Amino acid sequence: MDLFLQAISHAFSLIVHLDPVLTGIIVLSLKVSGYALIIATVLGLPAGAFLGLKRFPARDLAISTINTFMGLPPVVVGLFLYLLLSRKGPLGFMGLLYSPSAMIIAQTVLAVPIVTALCHSAIMSVDPIIRQAARTLGATDTQETLAVIREARYGILSALLAAFGRVMAEVGAILIVGGNIAGYTRVMTTTIALETDKGNFELALALGIILLAISFLVNAALHFVRKKGMVHTS
Amino acid sequence: MRLIARHIRKDYGGRTVLKDCSYEFDAHAVYALMGPNGCGKSTFLRICSLLERPDSGDALFSDGATMLLPDLSLRRRITLVLARTGVFNTTVYRNAAYGLSIRGAGKAEIARKVKEALNFVGLGHKIDQHARTLSSGETQRLGIARALAVEPEILFLDEPTASVDQENTEIIESLIMKMRTDGKTMVIMTTHDRDQADRLADQVLVIRDGSITRH
Repeated sequence: MDLFLQAISHAFSLIVHLDPVLTGIIVLSLKVSGYALIIATVLGLPAGAFLGLKRFPARDLAISTINTFMGLPPVVVGLFLYLLLSRKGPLGFMGLLYSPSAMIIAQTVLAVPIVTALCHSAIMSVDPIIRQAARTLGATDTQETLAVIREARYGILSALLAAFGRVMAEVGAILIVGGNIAGYTRVMTTTIALETDKGNFELALALGIILLAISFLVNAALHFVRKKGMVHTS
Repeated sequence: MRLIARHIRKDYGGRTVLKDCSYEFDAHAVYALMGPNGCGKSTFLRICSLLERPDSGDALFSDGATMLLPDLSLRRRITLVLARTGVFNTTVYRNAAYGLSIRGAGKAEIARKVKEALNFVGLGHKIDQHARTLSSGETQRLGIARALAVEPEILFLDEPTASVDQENTEIIESLIMKMRTDGKTMVIMTTHDRDQADRLADQVLVIRDGSITRH
């Protein structure tokens, strides 16, 4: 019990004093997950809108595939990316393995299906009358799509927050492709895993507290966005 | 702009809704389209407003444009107010401004036309209110204002008073009367109310057995 209390106390001390190692790790984590989310949004939002608004022969299959990929095991993603990015792999010439870029790619792969599937759901939940209303007022196909996306904005924001929450908490894939190199690829989750193994609970706990706080903030934002969306769609 | 519907036919799942609808609609007149439920009134409106395509037949517009080759400029001279107005999840002002903003109108022009249209339908005082907090009658009036803001040459109204109370019905009727007096826009509306059709329209038409006839 003493060890636990002592570790907690040291952890808070690291947070309060803005320990440079701690802040470096937090900044890198936010950067990696932030970039991954931006790329996933650029890819996933149009894909979700396309699945929601267009009819094509393999649409049902595409939706089922995306929904399946939402549950991709991170270690499997990490393994595949490792094989692709390793020196002898097809993308080895890019020299990305054990770099923040590789970690961004891994988190993007995990986030894209989440963003796509949840954006698709959000867009499908928009009343079809909205598309017709835009059409009757002279909207082009693109303007009609944008009108629907605007209507689904709360659902889309929820999708992005959910994806951010997932990639921030992820450890398996980034550990494999990032390598957990101190000061370079070490992020919150991988540091917690490593420091726990080493018995250095202070830093692990400090990062755990920060991770929980971020998770809380993301969930609070998610709740707020959903509530705001419900007020105006009821 | 005149509208000439020629031999319009539309089937839904093997059931023929419109068999052979032909009629010449004059510019600046108000038409009321009547007929029993399921006779194809709304379908006719959706086809003429270019929201749906007919299985055969055509609609010609007096400037030579045809429904079979609808371009954006033709679509933007026609508007349809649906029986259930779908309002965007934003303010009354932004709803009414939508048609103008997608046409690339300037802010000042949008503000002026939107205010005019909202005042016309009696919603000028609700300009900043969220559109989804309006009553069903006010929502229908917003739908009309939104359509009028873009100054269409043809305005289609699908059962504009079907789901609104007496007070809003009277307001909407007076709006249609004003449009009839102004004579700037052709209005084609559907209704089940024979008295309303007589009160508002220059001509009352009936869809029967898939064809349009003058009453």
